[in-house]
Amino acid sequence: MVMAKTDATAGIGSDVARIDGRLKVTGEARYGSDFAVPNPAYAVFKTSAIARGRIAAIDDGAARSVPGVLDILTYRDVGDEVGEAGFFASGGYAGTTIRPLASDRIWHDGQIVAVVLADSFEAAREAAHRLVVDYAAEPPAAGFDGPGVEEEDAKKDDPAKGDAERALREAAVMVEADYATPTQHHNPIELFTTTCAWTGDRLTIWEPSQNVYGIRNGVAKQLSLDPEQVRVVSPYVGGAFGSRGSLTQRTALIALAAKRLNRPVKLMATRDQGYTIATYRAETRHRVRLGADAQGRLQALSHEGWEVTSRPDSYKVAGTSATTRVYACSNIASEVTILHADRNTPGFMRSPPEVPYVFALESAMDELAVKLGMDPIELRRINDTDVEPVGGKPFTTRSLMKCFDAGAKAFGWSERDPTPGSMRDGDWLVGWGCATTLYPTHIAPATARVTLTPAGKAIVRTAAHDIGTGAYTAIALTAADRLGLPLDRIAVEIGDTNFPPAPVAGGSNTTASVCNVVAKACEQVRGQLASAVTAAGDGPFAGSDPNALILAEGELRGPGNASEAIGDAMARASSGAIEAYAENVPDGLQQKALGQLYQGLPALTGGAQMEDRAQFAFGAEFIEVRVNARTREIRCPRALGVFAAGQIVSRRTAESQLIGGLIWGMSSALHEVTEIDRGAARYYNDDLAEYLIPVNADIGKVEVMILPEDDEQVNALGIKGLGELGNVGTNAAIANAVYHATGVRIRSLPIRIEKLLGDRSA
Amino acid sequence: MRPFVYARAEAPEEAFAGTEGGHPAFLAGGTTLLDLMKLDVMRPDRVVDINDLAQEYGAIRIDDRGLELGALVRMSEAAEHPDIVAGYPVIAQSLQLAASTQLRNMATLGGNVLQRTRCAYFRDTSWAACNKRVPGSGCAAMDGVNRKHAVLGTSNACIATYPGDFAQALIALDATVDVAGPAGRRALPFAELHRAPGDSPEVETALGPHDLITGFRVPALPWARRSLYLKVRDRESYDFALASAAVAVDVEDGLVREARIALGGVATKPWRARQAEAALKGRTLDENAAETAASAAFADAETRDGNAYKPELGRRTLVRALLQAATMRV
Ligand SMILES: Cc1cc2nc3c(=O)[nH]c(=O)nc-3n(C[C@H](O)[C@H](O)[C@H](O)COP(=O)(O)OP(=O)(O)OC[C@H]3O[C@@H](n4cnc5c(N)ncnc54)[C@H](O)[C@@H]3O)c2cc1C
Ligand code: SF4
Repeated sequence: MVMAKTDATAGIGSDVARIDGRLKVTGEARYGSDFAVPNPAYAVFKTSAIARGRIAAIDDGAARSVPGVLDILTYRDVGDEVGEAGFFASGGYAGTTIRPLASDRIWHDGQIVAVVLADSFEAAREAAHRLVVDYAAEPPAAGFDGPGVEEEDAKKDDPAKGDAERALREAAVMVEADYATPTQHHNPIELFTTTCAWTGDRLTIWEPSQNVYGIRNGVAKQLSLDPEQVRVVSPYVGGAFGSRGSLTQRTALIALAAKRLNRPVKLMATRDQGYTIATYRAETRHRVRLGADAQGRLQALSHEGWEVTSRPDSYKVAGTSATTRVYACSNIASEVTILHADRNTPGFMRSPPEVPYVFALESAMDELAVKLGMDPIELRRINDTDVEPVGGKPFTTRSLMKCFDAGAKAFGWSERDPTPGSMRDGDWLVGWGCATTLYPTHIAPATARVTLTPAGKAIVRTAAHDIGTGAYTAIALTAADRLGLPLDRIAVEIGDTNFPPAPVAGGSNTTASVCNVVAKACEQVRGQLASAVTAAGDGPFAGSDPNALILAEGELRGPGNASEAIGDAMARASSGAIEAYAENVPDGLQQKALGQLYQGLPALTGGAQMEDRAQFAFGAEFIEVRVNARTREIRCPRALGVFAAGQIVSRRTAESQLIGGLIWGMSSALHEVTEIDRGAARYYNDDLAEYLIPVNADIGKVEVMILPEDDEQVNALGIKGLGELGNVGTNAAIANAVYHATGVRIRSLPIRIEKLLGDRSA
Repeated sequence: MRPFVYARAEAPEEAFAGTEGGHPAFLAGGTTLLDLMKLDVMRPDRVVDINDLAQEYGAIRIDDRGLELGALVRMSEAAEHPDIVAGYPVIAQSLQLAASTQLRNMATLGGNVLQRTRCAYFRDTSWAACNKRVPGSGCAAMDGVNRKHAVLGTSNACIATYPGDFAQALIALDATVDVAGPAGRRALPFAELHRAPGDSPEVETALGPHDLITGFRVPALPWARRSLYLKVRDRESYDFALASAAVAVDVEDGLVREARIALGGVATKPWRARQAEAALKGRTLDENAAETAASAAFADAETRDGNAYKPELGRRTLVRALLQAATMRV
């Protein structure tokens, strides 16, 4: 009602450079381990060399004699001094309930078995190498088919409808196939660092995080502190992808070490330790069965999934919640089973449920199209629906076919010869594939404080997180828009528990949750200023209706061309600064969700969880692969993604997220796999030389189009999150393109050379 | 990393001074050595920095007798040298396709041929069984992760792949390596520098602990202009070979007079495929001949679960390399 924006002003929807970009490229942005603390001690972890068993003996003689070593903490020192934080999926804080130094028990490869503390990093590392730990090992289970894995029915409310078995039997055309996705690790470039310093009984933690309130409250619980005693600081995060969403067990150990030494302690875990002290994407298996009539209309859809987790924790992603809701179908069955093995607990990794499950569904859809002799886009069209098929709830908006049509045109899809192997270019087989992508639209409670200074600048403070996604910029654009100020007059401060809480940066909810509450706080600021100036005895607004005043282009404006520079208006209102604190509890959640947010336990809602509607963002992805006819290298010269995600707040960073998503999809489909020594249940390629991700030379043309979409139902600003939308469909689009190039259907990721050597079509 | 004594050699003799006893190591670019020291795999007690010897051993010379490469020539220098690019394409390409720009600017040719295997069981000391790192401890790779391991020149003790690229070019072209040691200077055929693992995989070369590689000599081979290095790998750049082939062919009147073939990514040491070379002699270099040569090259391959695909990939790689060489305009 009161907002205005002219083209001269950057606001919601503008295409601007990241506001923190300059700080980052000049090195001024300080990440967790960049913060200087006085006289720190350095911590290096020693981690277990077995996956299951007990510590039999520890010989620390040689380690303690390394000059500079201060102390070595093992289970004998720690025990219950670090308490439980609870598993995040059961209302707790931690990504794992395995407390590494609680006892002599080894639950998984790379479990922390000692914290070596020294005056220098080098001394600590040398001592860690010299520390001898003997184990009483037991045969471990690495995962599927491992000895002694325990199965658990993961989901009590598997989406289902009608009689899928019968419909499958009666379907004119049937596809039944098994798919598999591997273990993958986030490998954020910023390592898993923690710095802890005590001032009296107050603890400050510097750590890259996606949930600073979660760390604060979780560590407080583990160390029996009042959360008020703990501050967590994480202004910049060098990549996270889900790996920093839940509390890890390292933080409390470092806090305890700092307390014992009475000295700040810095931890810089090594790259390989990041594989085992944090989480990862679990390996999954799938059986998908699709039944269709002769025209391609789905009659039955059945999706069974199996996921690997640790012994104690029932972590699951259960992406059937998404795959049963993509296409019109009246007979649906699904089931998810988890397998407990001797592994560290897996956790969220960008689009956790959708990446593996949609790979299976969208591969199967391609197989169905081939079987029907139908164009894969037409198969999606005939099964398009405005209503999610399980519960019959209408999608708030669904632009899937618009995305396919715009993408098909831009990609040149009509030139595609559907016969596999028919589009050859010299020694290279060319394949084109496509797939649907989707991601649930989430939102969580959030709070923010906005301060308008007498100089006409605004400061936004909220404990949100920018994990590289562009949150700083989206927040600034929202405030600029709503306060009518130029972008360079907005300061954004986030990532600190000294600010009011914001939710975990997960489930692509940050833009929707935080920008909506920031807009609310800005409106309160406007209201306060408007009330003050209209109540004042003089000035252009005296006696006006405060609701009729707006902020635009650095001015307060009222009826009849009345206007005044914001600074002057503030001077008149004689307030030093105007400050407003706002809270937002989204539709579908109760007020108590705010209290939980303050405890670092944000509740996300949206997707298929809403009473009256289903809210998802959709897109269509197109991929060109080239496979060498003889040696079978697979390269990906062209990727196109067309998406619709409601109101785009920060256009450039949104596109960047989607481009990055497509690239990650290529990485996941063609390269990323954490190799596991099955006998030892240990990770093998735990460094960036051997865990492959694409290099620049692997990435050709990557194009993103965002279609306009107005969605008034999802939230006040109409924002659908898109951080995790880009990388969902890519895995299947690539597998489908590889099939088109070679005639070989690869159902297990990643797709690598050896899987294509079977035939000699060269 | 463990404490060590650091010394700089400013003249060749100083490189050996004080290296008696103990575990010395020469520091060139450091891109292998320092990584493995930080990982606690290599534990030299004395590190002798030889970079100041570049005056002596840092030059590239090309004349009618052939090509001379100093041990301290950086990979990038040799890779981009116009006369090498034109006259010995297989050498230039083997270097261009290796590692990354940053590493090539840092790494030396001497250090390159002595890089250690990428077998992760070797590079991570928390694995108990690795005969190469701890003789007699076993080999975790045999029944473990071995997708990138070797299928040629393996033994019951070790199947680690020799990871480098440049060495294949040298071995194919009959290069000689020059060595200086406390006992004087000597030269040996490059083919004799590396050893297959046999029963003692910890011994990788014919060098003594104080032997310094000073350079490489490649005899003039006019037809080396028809040579190339083909590297097949998971990603387009910055990746080790799953299979590679260094080939040089002398073709006259459509018939192969002589061929040189070395294979990388598939063997425990730089691998000269002599049977494959012999199979090509006197034949037209067509698909058929190339297939015959490729089959000969992998006749003795021994595979494990994870690398069972390698003989097939290796054969295809060699066929592609040979057919590509046949069509080169020289
Ligand atoms: C991520 C990564 C990717 C890589 N990819 C590739 C690749 O694709 N292909 C490839 O071929 N290589 C690759 N390499 C390996 C790289 O090429 C080698 O590390 C490098 O060539 C070694 O040279 P350097 O001068 O740095 O040797 P250093 O590390 O200094 O030395 C290596 C060893 O040789 C010894 N040494 C060095 N110089 C001499 C000498 N003159 N005489 C006697 N002993 C000596 C040292 O003591 C040490 O034991 C890669 C390396 C890394 C880290
Ligand atoms: S292959 Fe060789 S280097 Fe690798 S584990 Fe076996 S012995 Fe060690």
